[in-house]
This record gives sequence, structure tokens and C-alpha cells, in this order.
Amino acid sequence: MKPRTLYDKLWDDHVVKQREDGTALIYIDRQLLHEVTSPQAFEGLSLAGRAPWRLDANLATPDHNVPTENQEAGVEGILDPVSRIQVETLDANCDKFGIVEFKMGDSRQGIVHVIGPEQGATLPGMTIVCGDSHTATHGAFATLAHGIGTSEVEHVLATQCLIQRKMKNMRVEVNGDLPFGVTAKDIILAIIGEIGTAGGTGYAIEFAGSAIEALSMEGRMTVCNMAIEGGARSGLVAFDDTTLEYLKDRPYGPKAEQWDQAVSQWRDLKSDEGAFFDRVVKLNAADIKPQVTWGTSPEMVVAVDAQIPRQEEEADPIKREAIERAYQYMGYKEGLAITDIKLDRVFIGSCTNSRIEDLRAAAEVAKGNQVASSIKQAMVVPGSGLVKQQAEEEGLDEIFTQAGFQWREPGCSMCLAMNADKLGDGEHCASTSNRNFEGRQGQGGRTHLVSPAMAAAAAIAGHFVDVRDFVRQQS
Amino acid sequence: MEKFTSHKALVAPLDRANVDTDQIIPKQFLKSIKRSGFGPNLFDEWRYLDEGQPGQDCSNRPLNPDFILNKGRYQGAEILLARQNFGCGSSREHAPWALLDYGFRCVIAPSYADIFYNNCFKNGILPVILDDKIVNQLFEETFVSEGYQLNIDLSSQTVQTPSGESFSFEVDEFRKHCLLNGLDDIGLTLADADSIRSYEAKRKETSPWLFGVVK
Ligand code: SF4
Repeated sequence: MKPRTLYDKLWDDHVVKQREDGTALIYIDRQLLHEVTSPQAFEGLSLAGRAPWRLDANLATPDHNVPTENQEAGVEGILDPVSRIQVETLDANCDKFGIVEFKMGDSRQGIVHVIGPEQGATLPGMTIVCGDSHTATHGAFATLAHGIGTSEVEHVLATQCLIQRKMKNMRVEVNGDLPFGVTAKDIILAIIGEIGTAGGTGYAIEFAGSAIEALSMEGRMTVCNMAIEGGARSGLVAFDDTTLEYLKDRPYGPKAEQWDQAVSQWRDLKSDEGAFFDRVVKLNAADIKPQVTWGTSPEMVVAVDAQIPRQEEEADPIKREAIERAYQYMGYKEGLAITDIKLDRVFIGSCTNSRIEDLRAAAEVAKGNQVASSIKQAMVVPGSGLVKQQAEEEGLDEIFTQAGFQWREPGCSMCLAMNADKLGDGEHCASTSNRNFEGRQGQGGRTHLVSPAMAAAAAIAGHFVDVRDFVRQQS
Repeated sequence: MEKFTSHKALVAPLDRANVDTDQIIPKQFLKSIKRSGFGPNLFDEWRYLDEGQPGQDCSNRPLNPDFILNKGRYQGAEILLARQNFGCGSSREHAPWALLDYGFRCVIAPSYADIFYNNCFKNGILPVILDDKIVNQLFEETFVSEGYQLNIDLSSQTVQTPSGESFSFEVDEFRKHCLLNGLDDIGLTLADADSIRSYEAKRKETSPWLFGVVK
């Protein structure tokens, strides 16, 4: 047999029917549901008098609209009536159809892309979809995972399948040892800086190389999460012992003999020697420094010790215009150093960086320090109730609150500002999330994407600092 | 999804290029949990003089008398005549939902944005592509003759004017089949239900841990 990529294998494994027009019916093993993109899908299902094809393939939780304070109050605690209706609708739909939902107040509730892996609802070899573009996160487990629209959510509910065309294969290889103070977030930001936000369009990207292999599962999820910011709907990492260790004893994972059977299947979830990739990109881990986005697109990213690119340096007129617009929106003057950007708020959270490892990295920097008085708000929002519990067991909440950070309850929060957590007009925010588009974190808000350690260091300094110098000075 | 075979109806001319989905249905209405009910907010910013809020009763809002859909002679139109790159911008499926809810079953334009074009078929709307020159002619005829109707026949892929002139248009076979028979993607996929079931049965055998766990 011809050598195949990991993506080829996952695809082949899920073809229910190949059609003559080049599309294929692909079986979906798991669908994650949240309150924003599911109501019309459920309504469509009802109107057509259809029932979900397979209940146990679905798992739901509210995350985008939930407040990060007073969650004990449940749905009643959501002050915005329109947000409340969206969450109530999800509850009602899940109850009506019999879909398992982690409701507000359940300690397992959290951001869909955090709870799937945490529960073992995300398993190697699966196809996973969700009405959310950051579904790519789950690819860290050698699963084929991608975001879909509302009609497709309904399609999967009703048929357990999607009509798809196969994508091309891209391999992004990061080799060598990651320098001190440089994290998974810096790797993916550096990759996006290299390939651009459309570089991965039409591809499934497999992240490989010794630097990726050395990452924890949390780190791999951070990398796959932002595959979509590089244009690719799916990111992937091969199965290995790190994946295996993470999955042991997860509530929805296989047990006993089934576990052994599963592991022996999972061992094959890697690209074969000599498999063909349409495009290969290589990065040297040793060259990656802590990254900071300076503009209004994730590809507008530089190392922390750099200056904001000068407008006249860009030869491409379309890109130059985008840079000019970003300058205007961000309120910059030419030649500003990244470390001179003054910050108003700091947000540590989102499906990119709200897992226990992220919180540990931020807490390590925060420990024994104080958030600068010029910072209006520095908030830490764990990705799920269980992450929150574990962080509290480890005393991370106290480290944060003593340092002047707010310790919040789980949800998407200021990643997209659909709940009450927002940036004010013109405010600069160091954020561990994944999108720095205009207005993403609140109208007029100015987002800078960074790693959790960089965000914590920035909170303490009041402006961006190189976390490597920061940690060295402390020790 | 409702079938689309042939449709004879009143035409409303929207004489602007690059109409984006934000204009078709502004963002404040996306917090809705429904697929229907967007009709009153179709082209909201052009149609009313005040700023629309989700959930508001639109019947008492001040109408913009200059907007084409507010003119008496175009009331009840079910065919929208438009210009190039119609439906560009955000991928929101709320745009075809709003057109359909208002009453449009067909759009005629020289070109469309990709996602919008796809979304139309998913919702029983036929987006017809005609040459720029022909679209120009249709605009002129619509403007001069009140009550101007077109007959769109999907089987023969033709648009017929009141004078009997006929223009043919292209449409993908698969999509045509779905629209003619009122099959949505789901209906079509369900025609393969046996294949899905047998795939599923095999998968249950080889990977039993994927079944029956989340319940
Ligand atoms: S945390 Fe942000 S990016 Fe992730 S699912 Fe929520 S809103 Fe989307």
C-alpha cells in the first residue's frame, strides 16, 4: 500500500460513500454543541420532524455567553436577556432531544474545546465537529476535527455524516529544542507569522518535528487550536506516549481490555514514512522568541524584542494598506518598540490557553509579584470547572489573587466579549486568546496575542516585557 | 426544504453592486435563536430610518420611503434582481434565511459570493446567474413596466420575460436535482441511510469504545 499521511488515514477510515462528483459522505464520531450556533440547527431538526441520528455522539455545554462571576446562580445569573435566552434554549433542546449537556453550575462545564479532551470525549482516530472554528484544537489527539456552519450542525445531528471534499496535506515541522521561556503559543504564532493567515487554506496541517513531540498535550492543543488562524480548518499531531498518558482514566475513554485494543489501533495514527505532503514548512525551534501580535490580524506578529514594522517597508500594496489600517486602529506611531506598548487590561483564558499548564505558567510568573497599578484589570478565566478545581487545589488561585489578578469562573469570556467581560474603546489588552481582529474583545479594543507567561509578566510590568529577562531577574 | 420547479412572480430591482451579508441582515440580529423571523429585518439599515434592535416590533418603525422594497409597486415581489458580487462578506446563513422569510424565492444577478451562493441552495432559494447585459435589460424593463413579472423555470433552466423572450442559465446538476425535488442535503444523505448504518455497525465492531459512553 502507498504510504499515507495521518490525515489520509483518518479520511479513509471515515468514508461512508465516495460520490462521483468528488465529494464523499464522511462519518462523524463526535459533535460538540454550544449555545450560539446550535439553536437553528435544533429548530430545523424539529421542523423537519427528524430526531438526532445518534444521541451518544453528542456532547453539549454553554460557554460563549456565560458570565464569569456568580455562576452558582445558574442561567438566572445571566443579566443580558438575549444571552440568557440562548443558554436557556440550549438547555431546553438538550433536554428535549436527550443530549448530554454540562449545564451552568456543573463542575464539568467549560469551553467546548477544553471539556472534550478533559472528559475523554475526544479520542484518537475520531472525526470531531462543532459549530465553532476552533474545533481544530482536538486534532492534537490525532483526530480529524474541524469547525462547521449551522446547516452542517443540523446535518450531523440528523445523519451523523457530512458531505466533504478531501483537503490537501501540509506538514509543518518544528525541530530542535525550544529555548527557555518560549512556549507552544509562541510556536504557533511564529508559524502563522511565517505562512500567513491564508497559508493553510485548503490544507489539513500536520504539526510534527522534535519540538512538537516534546510538547505536552496542553501545548499541542494550543498549537492545533490556532491552525485556523493560519487558514487551515484542521490541525493534527500524531499519536504517541504523551497522548496515551493524557488519556488514561478519562471518564469517557475506553477501559480495561477495550483500552488495550484502542491503544493498539491508535499506534498507527501517524504519517507513514515517505507519505506525500503537498507542502512542507520547516521552522527551527531554537530561533523562536516570545511572540507578540502588534496589529489586527494574527499574522501581524513579531518577537517581543522587535519594533512594530514600518509601513514603508512593506512592498505589497494590499499588505501595506492593511498595515496602515492597523496602525490607525491600534493608535501607533512609527517605530514603536513592542516593550513600549502600554497595557490597560490583561486576559488569561480562552480555548487556546486556559488549561492547567497555562495557569501554572502564568502563576509561576505572578508569584510574589503585584499587578502594575496602571493596569485596570487583569483576569484569569480557567477553561472549565475542573481546571478551576485543580488550580485551586494547587493554590494557584491564591497566587493570582494575592498578585492582584481576578480569579474568575469558566467560559469564553473576554476572548470574544459576548458576555460582560469586554475591553473599552481604545484599550490595549495582553490576551492569551487567538484572535486580534478589530473589535473582537469589545468595540474599539486593541488586542495583543501572547503566551500565558508573557501575559502575566506584562500585567506586572504594565507593558510588554521579555518574559525570559523577567524570570532571570527574579531568580 | 420547499421545492423549486418554476416560479412566476413580481420582480424587485435592487440596483447596487457588492451588497454584503451585513447589509442583508445586520449583526445585531444574529443573537436570535431562530432561523425564521428575519424577514422584517431584511436590509434593515436601508429599509428603516431608525436603528433596529433584535426582538423589536417593526410594524411601527419609520420606513425609508426611498428604499426600493418600500415602494408600493414592488410589494409582494418574490424575485430579487441584483448586481454583481451579491452576498459578499460574512458567511452568516442568516442572509438567505432573511431573504426567504421576506418572501424571495429567487435572486437574479451577474455574480455571487461563493458561500452565499451555496447557502441559497441549502435553503431553497434559486440564485440565477445571467450575463451582465441581460441583467441590465431586465433592470430597465422592471423600471418601466409596473407589475413586471418573470417566469423562472428550473427544469428547462430558463428565465422568461412577459414579452416571451427567454434566457437560459447554468446550474450544477446535483444542486438542480436537490432544488427540483425539494431535497435538502439532509434528505439526500438520508437516502444513503443504509450505507451509514452498515458503516456504523462495522465501526462499532472495530472501535466499540466510541459508542454508548456519553449518555
Ligand atoms: S474561547 Fe474564544 S475562540 Fe474559543 S470557543 Fe470560546 S469564543 Fe471561540
